[in-house]
Amino acid sequence: MKDNYVIVAEGLTKRFGEFTATDHITFNVKEGEIFGFLGANGAGKTTAMRMLCGLSIPSEGRAQVAGYDVATESEQVKRNIGYMSQKFSLYNDLSISENLKLFGGIYGMGRKQIKEKTHTLLTELDLIKEKDTLVKLLPLGWKQKLAFSLAIFHEPKIVFLDEPTGGVDPITRRQFWELIYKAADNGITVFVTTHYMDEAEYCDRVSIMVDGQIKALDTPNALKAQFRANSLYDVFLSLARTATRSDS
Amino acid sequence: MIVEANSLTKTYNRGKTKALHGLSLGVEEGEIYGLIGPDGAGKTTLFRILTTLLLPDSGEAHVDGLDVQKDYRQIRKRIGYMPGKFSLYQDLTIEENLRFFATIFGTTIEENCGLIADIYAQIERFKDRRAGKLSGGMKQKLALCCALIHAPRVLFLDEPTTGVDPVSRKEFWEMLKKLQQRHGITIMVSTPYMDEAMQCDRIALIQEGSFLKVNTPQHIIDEYDKTLWNVKCEQMHTLLTVLKKWENTESSFSFGETFHLSVKENAAPADLMRYLGGHGLSGIEISEAKPTIEDCFMSLLKTDYDER
Amino acid sequence: MKQFQIFVQKEFKHIARDTRTMMILVVMPVILMVLFGFALTTEVKNSRLAICDMAKDEITGKIHDRFAGNRYFTLTAECSSVEQVYEAFRKGEIDIALVIGSEFSQELGHTGAGSIQLLIDGSEPNQASTRAGYAQQILMGFAQEMAEKNGRSIPYNIVSTTRMLYNPQLKSEYNFVPGVMGMILLLICAMMTSIAIVKEKETGTMEVLLASPLPPFVIIMAKLVPYFAISCVNLTTILLLGHYLLGLPFAGSMPVFLGLSLLYILVSLALGLLISTLVSNQLAAMIISLLLIIPTIYFSGMAFPIESMPTVFQRVSTVIPARWYVSAVRKLMIQGVAVKYVIQETAILSIMALVLITLSLSTFKKRL
Repeated sequence: MKDNYVIVAEGLTKRFGEFTATDHITFNVKEGEIFGFLGANGAGKTTAMRMLCGLSIPSEGRAQVAGYDVATESEQVKRNIGYMSQKFSLYNDLSISENLKLFGGIYGMGRKQIKEKTHTLLTELDLIKEKDTLVKLLPLGWKQKLAFSLAIFHEPKIVFLDEPTGGVDPITRRQFWELIYKAADNGITVFVTTHYMDEAEYCDRVSIMVDGQIKALDTPNALKAQFRANSLYDVFLSLARTATRSDS
Repeated sequence: MIVEANSLTKTYNRGKTKALHGLSLGVEEGEIYGLIGPDGAGKTTLFRILTTLLLPDSGEAHVDGLDVQKDYRQIRKRIGYMPGKFSLYQDLTIEENLRFFATIFGTTIEENCGLIADIYAQIERFKDRRAGKLSGGMKQKLALCCALIHAPRVLFLDEPTTGVDPVSRKEFWEMLKKLQQRHGITIMVSTPYMDEAMQCDRIALIQEGSFLKVNTPQHIIDEYDKTLWNVKCEQMHTLLTVLKKWENTESSFSFGETFHLSVKENAAPADLMRYLGGHGLSGIEISEAKPTIEDCFMSLLKTDYDER
Repeated sequence: MKQFQIFVQKEFKHIARDTRTMMILVVMPVILMVLFGFALTTEVKNSRLAICDMAKDEITGKIHDRFAGNRYFTLTAECSSVEQVYEAFRKGEIDIALVIGSEFSQELGHTGAGSIQLLIDGSEPNQASTRAGYAQQILMGFAQEMAEKNGRSIPYNIVSTTRMLYNPQLKSEYNFVPGVMGMILLLICAMMTSIAIVKEKETGTMEVLLASPLPPFVIIMAKLVPYFAISCVNLTTILLLGHYLLGLPFAGSMPVFLGLSLLYILVSLALGLLISTLVSNQLAAMIISLLLIIPTIYFSGMAFPIESMPTVFQRVSTVIPARWYVSAVRKLMIQGVAVKYVIQETAILSIMALVLITLSLSTFKKRL
């Protein structure tokens, strides 16, 4: 059964001097799952995510991502994940197809493979006409969708999304989630942070971090039942109120 | 009207990028006026024109009866401005930042203590900490204090809650409400979060440099005239595609754990039940939905898309 | 006034809290001075020597032969009078001269001590002192040998009085120090000021400042004050280093020299200001400031004499502030000329300061 987990974290901890940013978090993420990683600002989400992406070495505990240890096999980890940050991660002065070619090349895809994938992807996004348009000329919503497509262009096992929909208009936000669903249906595991509580409802399972620890982890419905709340927003509020280090 | 604008236009890149298309607005004294729209809608440009930082290509604007172009010096004394990006000195402490801004506005911290007391109390114990070492929520409070230190007539807050978690956002809005109620400050605030619209007295929904609608949030919701249903079932991913294909669907958007489906006039829930059942979906629940500002915004956006 | 004060305070805090910048500001001038000062001189060979032997006896003949045979010296002239020696210096034919009085051998025989005069071209202070050292060694060696030969227990004492001749040919292109000073001051003032202003644009604090009633004039002036102060500190460091480490003389009037330096600092600050109004990020500000260094090195006369440049380059050099500063400093420091000889430089630098400040004040935007 354990073989089915693509992320396994056990007692994962990161300390910066006296300060414990991430405090013994233990959780698993199943293959093909959409996993919502919630928490207030400063609760330790970013630190945890950086460790899972192999960008930061844990102070204690361990984590396996796509079957590789994040501390000792970070290169393999990076090869098997996709990452999209809040900040826009495409080259503005390259065209859409140039960006795709570049990222495909970085992940060692063949020329023919890149060409085929580019075509299918642009057809799906209805961007064929725009393939030679410089990225900086695209509207924000399109860029965001494109950045996501790029993060999964090399068909990673897991894709990490750090607040991918901040500032996007509500229709685009929903179209973005349709892309997430599609990726999940294709077997890609999605690990996502967001400040939109309605988006948390779209996840298969949700964890909520408070003061560096995971204080709740379950399906949205189970969490609502557990906290006798009407929405995840209320669940989040009642948990975040217990925070002691909210501002430090 | 304490803030007034008439057909403001602004373009960038020598006219290639249009930021504002002839915007007009009026903000009444003492109200919280919300500018709701996604990134790139023109919110920041509008704020910069009103705070005298940019000149419009055409049109005119007045703040507290003063012309933004001619009387910019006077206006700058009377407004408080918090840009979208954290714009304080990271290497100065909380207290040094506050003292600096008090002095350049020709006042002292002590003089306007009452106005910021509530907010400052929450960060005071860290007053010797450098601003760069503060958490997002604390930075935001400090920035608000600095913008308020000279008791401005109007407060301009450009996306103060972007990237901030729901709890801090809630606290922030409580602070704004208090400022309005106790001190009668006019607040103009922009946000990409639709749920914050309800906190404003009046809102303007903005998209691509034009207002889609301006009114009280309740009025905007009341004006939503489509039939809206909540739909949920056990297979939510499949529901998405199935709903889109239904002949009576006007639009279908996910809303948390359900879909908000707006339907053509003569459609009945029973029809949908039958249709969904036919696609093998189970556990179907259909109920009438109350529209939110987000529904209104999307419906306005959609007509806007369709018209063009 | 209060606004101005607190702004200046704030600037000093920025500088003090950024240890890296602080180090650059304080240590860089020292490193540059030492590097440029010493990099120029290592071993000095083939010093062109003139001997003015008024005694022409056996002993002085031996001294003559010793110098002639030494690999560090090339005997290029025999002079019969001191006037001839000076003439040779002025023509640039010699670097060092040995003047032996007619009573030298007699004195040496009677008292055991004789004196010889060394005249050295001091326009390259390091080389000059190295040459003096070599000459003295040769003389000491000779005295010792003579004592051994004559069976004296106490060695003869040949006293050499050294006199440096500062720029006998009125040529000064060898002298780097004024050039280094001009470069350091320009670098610190222009780069640091422009970065300090552009940084506020980049972090967004400029937006808040502009939306406040603070007049742009106050912002600019308050930004200049701390860097003006730091430049004064640097000026002092450079002067002390130049004098005590590199042996730079201060032949002229110190107040005039200081006044001129302050004027040059002002020009450099204004340049930084102008850069800051033209660019919007720190990197660009830094690159442009660094680019200023290139023409400063090439056209200020610090590395290549302006008189020997093609006319076009000579014209270009007239717009380089460092050229006028370097020229004035050389006149003042090394030649010790009167104030009236640096009036042209002072006037040109004043005009430059005025133009640059006006230009940057008018281009500084009061909006975004």
